[in-house]
Amino acid sequence: MVEYERHDYDVIVIGAGGAGLRAAIEASAQGARTALICKSLLGKAHTVMAEGGIAAALGNVWPQDNWKVHFRDTMRGGKMLNNWRMAQLHAQEAPDRVNELEEWGALFDRTDDGRILQRDFGGHRYARLAHVGDRTGLELIRTLQQHAVHKGIDVFMECTVSRLLKDGDRVSGAVAYWRESGNLLVFNAKSVVLATGGIGKAFSVTSNSWEYTGDGHALAYWAGAELIDMECVQFHPTGMVWPPSVRGILVTEGVRGDGGTLRNSDGERFMFNYIPDFFAAETADTIEEADGWYEDKENNRRTPDLLPRDEVARAINSEVKAGRGSPHGGVFLDIASRRSTEYIRRRLPSMYHQFKQLADVDITAQPMEVGPTMHYIMGGIRVAADTGAATVPGLFAAGECAGGMHGANRLGGNSLSDLVVFGRRAGLGAVEDAARVSAPEADDAQVKEIVSEMRAPFERDGAEGPYEIQRDLQETMNSLVGIIRTESELLEARERIDGLKGRAANVGVYGHQQYNPGWHLAIDLQALMTVSEATARAANVRQESRGGHTRDDYPGPNDAEWGNKNVVIRQGADGEMEVTTSPLPEMPADLQELFEE
Amino acid sequence: MSETANMRVFRGDAESGDWQDYEVEMEEGQVVLDVIHRIQATQAPDLAVRWNCKAGKCGSCSAEINGEPRLMCMTRMNLFEPGEQITVAPMKTWPLIRDLVTDVSFNYEVAKTIPAFKPRAPEADGTYRMMQEDVERGQEFRKCIECFLCQNVCHVIRDHPENKPEFAGPRFFVRLAELEMHPLDTEDRLELARQDAGVGYCNITKCCTEVCPEDIHITDNAIIPLKERVADRYFDPIRWLGSKIFGR
Repeated sequence: MVEYERHDYDVIVIGAGGAGLRAAIEASAQGARTALICKSLLGKAHTVMAEGGIAAALGNVWPQDNWKVHFRDTMRGGKMLNNWRMAQLHAQEAPDRVNELEEWGALFDRTDDGRILQRDFGGHRYARLAHVGDRTGLELIRTLQQHAVHKGIDVFMECTVSRLLKDGDRVSGAVAYWRESGNLLVFNAKSVVLATGGIGKAFSVTSNSWEYTGDGHALAYWAGAELIDMECVQFHPTGMVWPPSVRGILVTEGVRGDGGTLRNSDGERFMFNYIPDFFAAETADTIEEADGWYEDKENNRRTPDLLPRDEVARAINSEVKAGRGSPHGGVFLDIASRRSTEYIRRRLPSMYHQFKQLADVDITAQPMEVGPTMHYIMGGIRVAADTGAATVPGLFAAGECAGGMHGANRLGGNSLSDLVVFGRRAGLGAVEDAARVSAPEADDAQVKEIVSEMRAPFERDGAEGPYEIQRDLQETMNSLVGIIRTESELLEARERIDGLKGRAANVGVYGHQQYNPGWHLAIDLQALMTVSEATARAANVRQESRGGHTRDDYPGPNDAEWGNKNVVIRQGADGEMEVTTSPLPEMPADLQELFEE
Repeated sequence: MSETANMRVFRGDAESGDWQDYEVEMEEGQVVLDVIHRIQATQAPDLAVRWNCKAGKCGSCSAEINGEPRLMCMTRMNLFEPGEQITVAPMKTWPLIRDLVTDVSFNYEVAKTIPAFKPRAPEADGTYRMMQEDVERGQEFRKCIECFLCQNVCHVIRDHPENKPEFAGPRFFVRLAELEMHPLDTEDRLELARQDAGVGYCNITKCCTEVCPEDIHITDNAIIPLKERVADRYFDPIRWLGSKIFGR
């Protein structure tokens, strides 16, 4: 008999960033007995690192803006691979969710007439991002946290879920451990919402935080759910490149939204050389027009500095490869020569602080050095657009760990809005589903098997530890499944990942179970291996370049062959990973008209 | 150009513990948290440390570095002399869990006792109007990343743990001031600030302000105005008389 704490709930939500908090708030508001489980302390989730803003067609700055324009921008930014229904719901509901945050205490920056101010960002036709300086994610998570604390939600902090439990075909709970003590918990739940974020810690250069080990993606996959679009990984164009220890830390797109521009070592604004045909009609082709656009959007087209992220990241990559990079292997991002010191410090206080403290660079006087950094995974758990239901009964997903909303490339600002729109919807979906079933009872045999797997690394004291395995995995993903991919390298990545899986299966840790980070990483490695394999396999299957997925051997999109397909990953009956494709849901005619301009 | 860092790290749990010395390879531009991670990866895989973002935004990696409360991720190694011994200890005010990780649950309990934001009715179109200058005061307070260094350094509880039940601490005075100055909020929390949160205990030594990694003017902008509002309400003799005569 395994010893564990037992907890019974209607709904458990795994992950307490923006999506998880919003899902838990909704589930609890509907009367469901709700638990919120998170690996870190409450309020520390990766959402705090979002900087630039939350996209919503409020129309406060540009009254011409509306959900249809936002929907169109989102689909085009995603290179039309998005689930159209998710993109529609997102564009329609984001304004309500932003206003709701204000009702719950958020303090956004204001327009002159006292409304919520909106800023420019890549791929958005109008200034659309509600924001608080450059710390919008912190505002969002703190607002939700402070709202949730009074809503009768049971919060399990520093508690890691290791596997989901099944009752027949249905997900029925989870096995977890307290990080502080190593003691076990079993949750019996009528429905489970995954809101665990992304997979950044599978890469060596990433803007993502410690928690981003692909837990939700892997938990869903192991429970039999399908993942889609796992090849679609976003490399944010502007991460810090120097000093080495901060390589990858995010530099907000708000720098360019507020007037900053990219330059190469010749001082050239090189983005004008990288305007793709797809966006040519809406992008400025002279410096005068680009600079005029910030003030006058009616008579000027958008600066190419604010092309969608995939375009800008590839352009920077090309400049560096061509020998026109900055001293530390990036390019220059210059706002110092374009805006006043006062303006920069008011609009971008965190960036000022971050560069000053970590790199000895004063961004009001000097250009920043920036380069691409793994930032986001568009792919994730396949969900029903309206409810967040995964393809396994009893399981729901929202936020970064869910797939479909952003297609092949996410627009900046669409992540925070995704969290609150679909967090709420998944919470509702989970409650409705929970009402249809009776309380489950954990199966002892399943619990026992999971627990013995969790504790196995302690039996292998003296074997290889987890840190080097993670580092080798990160190195593999970064160099072979990175921003530019090719078949031979993807196959080599597969081989290396197979080897790493073998090492991870034999990983050893020593010492106690109390707050033992080596043991925690040994457990996290399982999820990291699964999501890395999924990304490498899916990337090899999609033989075209689309959005964040760029193939050197298949440059350019292939609409006829791939434009209407998702790559689907699931676990086969033999335990092996299966890769297939399935057709995209078809967009209704009235929405298709929006693209016939 | 690698150098060697000379680290002295506290290792132990609630029962017992001691300093442990580590010599660590170090690279250009590194912060204390990088060096701690290197110790984990190469010498002590079970060294407990709490961290998330490594970018100064989440407030997880608070510790006492050479006796000074700081975020490990924002403390550059070049702040110290080459070869200097650098001590890293857990925050003193909270019960130790293990190594550099402390039990900060006190703060989450206090957070629950602060009544929720309660906005006035919106404009006719269902949304609110607020002026930038009116939101800026609150925005300063909402920069707080809840690293709890201000709580850790506050003498009222650092040196007198027995005060904890009666004292919310600087982080929550910031929260109370933020709500008090929020243009939309209608709830009255002054009685709470005076009574249960114990703002009167603070004797304005500004230690909290000094350690705030977000440069929030905790004492000047949050605590002193809060004290003044409490004083105006409860200790102003004319107002007291007025309240007796006019019942308000």
